[in-house]
This record gives sequence, structure tokens and C-alpha cells, in this order.
Amino acid sequence: MKKNFFIIVFIILGLTHKSFSNSSDPKQFIQEIVDEAKQVLVATNSKEYKTNKLSELALRTVDIKGVAYYSLGNYRKELNEEEMKEYLVLFEKYFLKSFTSRLTDYSDPKIDVLSIEVLNPKYTIVKSLLLANDKKPAVNIEWRVYTKNPDKPLIRDLIIEGLSLARTQKEEFSSVIETNNGDVTKLFITLKEFIAK
Amino acid sequence: MIRKFTCILIFALFAHVSTLNAGTTGSEELTSSSSKDTASECFEGFSRAMFKLNHGLDKVIFEPVAKGYRALPVPVRKATGNFTGNLRSLLTLSNNVLQGEFSRAGNNAARFGINTTVGILGFFDPAAKLGFEDQGKEDFGQTLGRWGTGAGCYFVLPILGPTTTRDAVGLIGNIFLDPVYQITHNSEIDNGVVGNGNYSEHNYYYYRGTGAVDFRAKNIESFDSLEENSIDLYASLKSLYLQNRKQKILNSKSTIETQDDSDWEEIDTN
Repeated sequence: MKKNFFIIVFIILGLTHKSFSNSSDPKQFIQEIVDEAKQVLVATNSKEYKTNKLSELALRTVDIKGVAYYSLGNYRKELNEEEMKEYLVLFEKYFLKSFTSRLTDYSDPKIDVLSIEVLNPKYTIVKSLLLANDKKPAVNIEWRVYTKNPDKPLIRDLIIEGLSLARTQKEEFSSVIETNNGDVTKLFITLKEFIAK
Repeated sequence: MIRKFTCILIFALFAHVSTLNAGTTGSEELTSSSSKDTASECFEGFSRAMFKLNHGLDKVIFEPVAKGYRALPVPVRKATGNFTGNLRSLLTLSNNVLQGEFSRAGNNAARFGINTTVGILGFFDPAAKLGFEDQGKEDFGQTLGRWGTGAGCYFVLPILGPTTTRDAVGLIGNIFLDPVYQITHNSEIDNGVVGNGNYSEHNYYYYRGTGAVDFRAKNIESFDSLEENSIDLYASLKSLYLQNRKQKILNSKSTIETQDDSDWEEIDTN
């Protein structure tokens, strides 16, 4: 009885570990994310379920704080501590909404994780291919993985057919700030409007 | 013929000068490791107005047409895309030569020859199966970029969409370098100039229009997603356009070459 109890505990621990931590090998790390996202997307048609599960996945595997800093560029030096806190909270909400919205439209994406390219100790690019279907041609997707902590890799960018989503977002943020005469807080208002949409 | 090449050279020179003289009304820039890749806004107010116009036209005309086209059977769409792509490859071939990319030029010539004959006027793509893969499109704007011309300033043209000074000059250069344009617009056979009176000008616009609809149809979801998730769609498209042009000019798919890593350098979160 006692033996059975330990076996059950080990199985639960094993499953829990598998659910909440990812591989430290960048290629395997991306493969696991792709597999997990696919499981979520094919599991149900419920958009709410997909959004919640994909948000959990993003919070665990994406360096949202790093992307937030990057997206703000040099303007982040103009924010005081309180404003930065507010920005990071807003950015996380904005990011998760944008991220899940982009993905929930896919019902059964087929992605082959192909190879890796180590840029330097801090970054590895994982190359993958979203396979073609009747509506869309195949799409090359590269994942910029932040590997400064080799035990906990994190995604920092998606480069789709050579076009960086993080860079596009940074240019977009910059444009919003510039069209408001350099007022960074106007970006906060725009982000709030997007989140409330 | 000499007159045409003179025109192209004048345009190329104009592009160089424009790059040097480009005024900036907006401060937003897409700056990369090379100053040549910098594209400043020239007429942001005008460009945003043209962007709104194009966006409206897209909603009313291009997107519905693309959705209708999407309803056609897959083989029909694929054959249409192959046909327009095959004709388009002639412009790519001209630019391969001008860029000194003779290996790519050979590949494109082989593709055109095989697909036009065995592939029945380009409706099928047997060349790819024989190892002559499509290596991407080239245009005269890319050629100017390869020759070292900077992007100049960024602006938006009505209907034609985002461009830069260099790429706008390239559009004019394309007219001279595209055999399909020359054949359909030039009927001076008696004067010994390439042309054929049987091909009327509207055939050229059908071909270009069909190519545009095919492209739009392949990207319906991408455009919708971009629109839904952008806080400044104009800026998003500008960024994507400039990144795409840089990548095409470099003829590279290497992230190291096409993306600037320096922006990430000072960000450490763990």
C-alpha cells in the first residue's frame, strides 16, 4: 500500500514537472512549446480556454519583461520607477492579448522544428517551418531564444520570414510616442485602449 | 536601347542624390548596422493620408476580390500563381544579371525555359522538381540597393503602397527592364525594336493585377492579424516593409545579417 502510494506520488510529481518546466536545450525547448501550443489549439474550440492556456504558456516561456524593455527602446530611460512598474504591468497584458489573439485563429498548426544557430552565449536561433495548407503557403519561423541562463531558456522574438515581431513592435511603440511629441505616457493610454478593446 | 540605359543610369544617379538630400519631417527611423539602411520619413502627413486611402481601397476592393479568388479551387489558384510568377521571373532575371548574380540568373533562365515549355506556359512548376528552386524575386530597387544606393526616405504612394526614394526609382527602372512590359507596350516591330503588336497593353495590367490578387489572397489572415493586433498599423507596415527590403537586398536568410542584435545587448533580465 505504502509502495503504491509512493509510485502515485512519483507519477504526479513527474507529470507536474513535465507540465511546468521546459527543456534547457533550445531546440527541444521550442519543440515542447510547439507541441504544447498544438495540444491547446486542437483540444477545444473554446476561445477562452485557448486564451487562458496560451497565456500560461507565454508567461512561462517568453521573456516578457525583456521584450517590454526592448520595445520601449531608449525611452525606458525617461521613465521613473513608478511609471516603469505601470508600463511593465500594461505591457504584459498587451503582450498576452496580442500573443493569444494571433494564435487562437490557428486550429491545427503543423510546425516542424528544424535546426539551431547559436549566435553567441546569450542567444540561439531555433529555425522552424509552419507547413503550408490550402489557404496559406509555408512560413519560415525563427525563434530568438535568450540563453543567458542555460537552465532556463526564454523566447525573446519571433522572426517570421525574416521579419522580426519584436522589432516591428518597437518601431510601432516609437511611432506612437513620436506622434505624441515624445510623451511616453501617451503610449500607456494607447496600450490601455488596446487591452480594453 | 541606349536611350533606355541612359534613363536607368540617370534614375540611379537621382536615387543617390535623393538619399543624400532627403529631408526628414518625422524622427522615426529604422536604423540598422549600416547607415545605408536608414529610412527617414519625408512626408509623414501625406504618407499617412495615402495609407488611409490605400487601406480604404483594400477594404472595399482588394480584400473582397482576394476573398473571391480564395474561393477558387486550390489547383486553379496554384496554377495562376505559377503563371504570373513565371512571367515575373523575367524581371528577376534582368536584375540578377545587373547584380552580377550569374548563378541565380542561370537558375532563373532554366526555370523560365522549363516551366514555359514542359510546365505549359508556366501554369506548372516542373523546374522545382528538377532542382531549379525559386530563389526569390528581384527588382530594380533591389539592384540599386546592391549597387550601394541608400534607401532614401520612406513614403506611401497611392495604390502602390509603401516605398522609399530608391524603390520608387526602381519602379520606373522596372518598366525598362521587364520584358513583359516591353513586349506588351512596344509594337514598333518595323523599327526593329522588340515587341509584338498582338500583345496589347492591358495584358500587362491583367498579369500584374492577378499577381497582386494572388499575393493578397495568400496573406488575408496575416493582414487581418496585423490589423487586429497593431496599435499603429501605419508604423507596423513601415517597419515590415523596410525589414523586408533589407532582407531582399542582402539576398540573405541569415538572422545575423538581416537583424541587428545590438538593440538587445543591454537588456538582461536573468
